[in-house]
Amino acid sequence: MTDTTHTRHLPDRLDSPVRAAVLSWESLLVLVAVAIFVANSFASPYFLNAWSLSDLTFNFTEKAIIALAMALVIITGEIDLSVASIIALASTLMGLALQFGADTPMLVAVGVAVGIACGAFNGFLVTGLKLPSIVVTIGTMSLFRGIAYIILGDQSFKGYPASFSWFGQGYVWWVISFELVLFLVAAVIFYVLLHHTNFGRRVFAIGNNATAAQFSGVRVDRIKFVLFCLTGLMSGIAAVLLTARLGSTRPSIAQGFELEVITMVVLGGVSILGGSGSIIGVVLAALIMGLVTFGLGLLNVPGIVMSIFIGALLIVVIALPILFKMWKQRTA
Amino acid sequence: MNRLLRTRELWLALAILAVLVLVTIRFPRFAQPGNLLTIFNDTSILMMLALGQMAVILTRSIDLSMASNLALTGMIVAMANAAFPMVPIPLLIAASIAIGAGLGAFNGVLVWKLDIPPIVVTLGTLTIFRGLVFVISGGAWVNAAQMSPDFIQLQRGAFLGLPILSWFAIVVAALVFVLMTRTPQGRAFYAIGVNPTASVYTGINVGQTKFWAFVLSGAISGLCGYLWISRYVIASVEVASGYELTIIAACVIGGVSIAGGIGTVAGALLGALFLGVVNNALPVIGVSPFWQMAISGAAILIAVVLNARGETRKGRVILKRASA
Repeated sequence: MTDTTHTRHLPDRLDSPVRAAVLSWESLLVLVAVAIFVANSFASPYFLNAWSLSDLTFNFTEKAIIALAMALVIITGEIDLSVASIIALASTLMGLALQFGADTPMLVAVGVAVGIACGAFNGFLVTGLKLPSIVVTIGTMSLFRGIAYIILGDQSFKGYPASFSWFGQGYVWWVISFELVLFLVAAVIFYVLLHHTNFGRRVFAIGNNATAAQFSGVRVDRIKFVLFCLTGLMSGIAAVLLTARLGSTRPSIAQGFELEVITMVVLGGVSILGGSGSIIGVVLAALIMGLVTFGLGLLNVPGIVMSIFIGALLIVVIALPILFKMWKQRTA
Repeated sequence: MNRLLRTRELWLALAILAVLVLVTIRFPRFAQPGNLLTIFNDTSILMMLALGQMAVILTRSIDLSMASNLALTGMIVAMANAAFPMVPIPLLIAASIAIGAGLGAFNGVLVWKLDIPPIVVTLGTLTIFRGLVFVISGGAWVNAAQMSPDFIQLQRGAFLGLPILSWFAIVVAALVFVLMTRTPQGRAFYAIGVNPTASVYTGINVGQTKFWAFVLSGAISGLCGYLWISRYVIASVEVASGYELTIIAACVIGGVSIAGGIGTVAGALLGALFLGVVNNALPVIGVSPFWQMAISGAAILIAVVLNARGETRKGRVILKRASA
């Protein structure tokens, strides 16, 4: 890494070996994850247990599934704050379909379709009307959840069939949950998509310099539109999992998820300014957040206090390499 | 350029007026001066917060931690008041501004000295501040019975027929207006938003300017912490939860460009007022509260679409001026 203090307003990634930075970031995350894992196993005798570790995964899989797509959106320099509201709307419409007698395959189809439709709406506003995504998705965040409130009021939808509940509660093999398997499969797909396809290369190109990418033949708007549809799709899938796990739909479902998803992505080493990041980092960050919340849960630390640790972790992990660099410059 | 800027704020003022007129046609009492003052008073806190957020957004940053700062500062002064009722309220208000400014300075230092993107810093402090509210209060509430009468009554008193709370908003708006339009610091906020690189060459310290924007938004959040708690007479962990995005929405509706450099005090005030009027008008015309969120979401999107058109126009005007 070269000195960024003098180029703080310019993307300095062109002159920095991205690969090396990403690798070191990931090793840092592995270190943090192992440290928390060890701390957890010392802190509670109930931690090192197959069922316990399996429960742990439920803490992060739904958010992490969205984080995979969010990583791509953020790498292009955009952001999607509406993902939690997409879950609320998709879950509500699934509940509505249930009232009209829909069975499990139909419910899943509704959830996924609503997710994609919401994502396409975001994508259209961002690419079609050339609006900043942070503002668009603040608007659709209220809009989507607002529609859920209009439909549901202060009611809730319950009575999902057992075959539907399996998506959120079922196990594929002994203690390995369906959610976890789905997340791992999705992670592999996104890894290949981002790091081993032309599409992925274009995603990075847009984040580094959208204008240059445009002039070198990348259809910037079309790729951004596809990515917003993709976060919509993943939010729809997360809506299916979450609704199935909770067994009910309330309009306040998944409140605050958007910030946790973005925290995962940023903690995973994806630059919020766009242009760099990796799927492995995001997966590791999701695991770290799961470990932290679960470990603190075993110690009976209230959820709201866990958020202090997550927030501090975010700032400290981001600040560490910068502090290290400043220290090296001073001693050099 | 001034003329165009004025039309955008004029347009917003007209939109607010249109809502008022439409509701008044159905419910003549809505437009009575007393009710209008109530709406203004109800919106005072959002207006102040929007001004603080505007200063930050102008510098190409964003402050997601304002609502958490408000909740934390509010809880601290509420607990101080409950424990030491003899402490005079003006001192508590000064303390709330100082605490808020301190929390803002924490954001600012991370942005300035470590060069971490503001959205990341404030995403972190959003959760940290909110968690600290729980830590210092142990999850307990501070309720009206524990607060001293002065603490609650101060902002309800009237001066020249206006509640003190409204006066707070007017004074803060006046101070921010002077800061933005009559001081080098205010010019610097705009300058680094319009072109950070050029600002460096004119001798502006970009990081430091961002730092002061965060201190300002923090100070305002802190002040609003006291005002919020004493208005709703309950301090809890949930105070103003999720409000950070409402504040940003008010700025966006008011024509503050999220890309930095564009925005006026009048615009931010009108943006907040627009949300206030809509939220006050909906229950009056019998719209269920469940519609409120969807309607404000739609209002934000419409405002953004209209603003985006305005910004492209403004860009051309700047070029014309430069070439002339």
